[in-house]
Amino acid sequence: MKKSIVENVFWVMSNVLVIAYAVIPMLWIVSLSLKRGSDLNDQQFFPQTISFEHYRNIFSDMQFASAILNSIGIASIAALFSVLLGMLAAYAIVRLEFPGRRLMLIGILMTAMFPPVAIIGPLFDIWRITGLYDTWLGLILPYMTFTLPLAIWILAAFFREIPWDLEKAARIDGATTVQSFIRIMVPLAAPSVFTTAILVFIFAWNDFLFAISLTSTDNARTVPAAIAFFTGSSRFELPIGSIAAASVVVTVPVMIIVLFFQQRIIAGLTSGAIKG
Amino acid sequence: MPRRNEQPKQRQRRHNEWYQAWLLCAPAVLVLILITAYPILYAIWLSFFQYDLRFPDQRTFIGLDNYISILTSEVWWQAFGNTFILTVSSVTLELMVAFPLALIMYHTVLWRYAVRTATLLPYAITTIIAAFAWKFAFDPTTGFINALSGMEQAWLTQSWSSFLVIILTEIWKTTPFMALMLLAGLTLVPHELIQAARADGANAWQRFMKITLPLAKPAILVAVLFRMLDAFRIFDTVFILTRGAQGTETVSMVGYNTLIVSLNLGLGSAVSVLIFISMLIISALFIWGFNIKTGVDQK
Repeated sequence: MKKSIVENVFWVMSNVLVIAYAVIPMLWIVSLSLKRGSDLNDQQFFPQTISFEHYRNIFSDMQFASAILNSIGIASIAALFSVLLGMLAAYAIVRLEFPGRRLMLIGILMTAMFPPVAIIGPLFDIWRITGLYDTWLGLILPYMTFTLPLAIWILAAFFREIPWDLEKAARIDGATTVQSFIRIMVPLAAPSVFTTAILVFIFAWNDFLFAISLTSTDNARTVPAAIAFFTGSSRFELPIGSIAAASVVVTVPVMIIVLFFQQRIIAGLTSGAIKG
Repeated sequence: MPRRNEQPKQRQRRHNEWYQAWLLCAPAVLVLILITAYPILYAIWLSFFQYDLRFPDQRTFIGLDNYISILTSEVWWQAFGNTFILTVSSVTLELMVAFPLALIMYHTVLWRYAVRTATLLPYAITTIIAAFAWKFAFDPTTGFINALSGMEQAWLTQSWSSFLVIILTEIWKTTPFMALMLLAGLTLVPHELIQAARADGANAWQRFMKITLPLAKPAILVAVLFRMLDAFRIFDTVFILTRGAQGTETVSMVGYNTLIVSLNLGLGSAVSVLIFISMLIISALFIWGFNIKTGVDQK
């Protein structure tokens, strides 16, 4: 079937519209970050002269560097632990029949929908007493309240699609349990585990409420919290250039992840929702 | 679950499986109890006390007084109304934007990869960064919106326009999630069914209304529920755009301000509990109203 020209034009235009929708606000931040300090208020969408002064500024600021380090460390560790614990639980949920399975799934779903503001108060109080306030662990633990249920949910959805019977076949062919696990199961499950890790990492990376409630210094302050509290030349003036440059710096890794793993991320997000 | 005609050996195996499963779930369950269940119980407990961290030694039991003072305060009800307006309007509008978006993603053959990747970007970007982008765009001295539209509007200094910017930001950021969920629902609709309807002479609109929509409905409802609960806890966007000024405070902001800014843990915990209860009511009403099967039984 050959498509008519009208139809093609329609698709091209809709696609352009969708891409423009997604990209324009991001281009705007990039363009702000590249404007000269004196051009910031020229109300133009594109910079008239390109300058990297804002990038130089934020990278000469030790606070931003430590915020990046905190963000990477905290989000990675939270993602790692969530996926490790989530893998075990998801395997049990998908592969084994046991009393309490349904209760567990409901509990997980409820935790995932939980308002974070409901636990920042108690955590603030407990962290204050135990010394976890403003530490990496003090953020990693609360991040697991939403990364762990998410990890279990997505992994369970992925694990349902895996042809587990292959394991049995391998055993019949004479493979030991360990062999069949390493040769068959790990390669089958690895992509799912990796995708899940990426997704929960992005979630932890983007958190704002816990980060501003449970940290106060460079010690554990993550990038979103640091950017929101950037200080300008005066109290009432936002350091627009620095905020824009910092935003671009922390968005680039996320964008690269999305570009590379687009298909798997979509699969991970949607399979969890449908099966649920 | 006793089963008849079960050999002792089989039962042994079944119990072994239970034991294995519980062992595998134990670490995750323990962590969740420790970091979610325990804090929420602690919050409920604290909500019955007068407990101000500026005077941590003067903790006294006051029963329901915290709840009474919140439920009779104008701040709470205004924040509740704001949150309600933001939730309903952003979810409704984004559903309207997400449908065409999902259909485009589903049907487009050209640049499929580019379209899908672009759609994911707003979803993956940090919320506060999205909020800053829109804040600067609407800013009367920095932004391009006024210059482009020829308006001279100080958007974030008035209530109605602040709401407009907040809702726009929310829609921009979260429509892709909704569209992806709808897309997933669309892929559930068997191709043969659409072809058969086409052969029977149904036009595109009829095919959409009579086949696609009913079949994709469960996925759509789940997506809407997810988004409603997500929108109800809105915090980041409002914090960056207005900090609650111009009467845009949301319930999560009231909670944050009471707990972390004023350090009033007793009162703040009561706010948190009320937010939690509101979300439970929303879910219950929604599930009951649309008769959704959560499908957690599905294996």
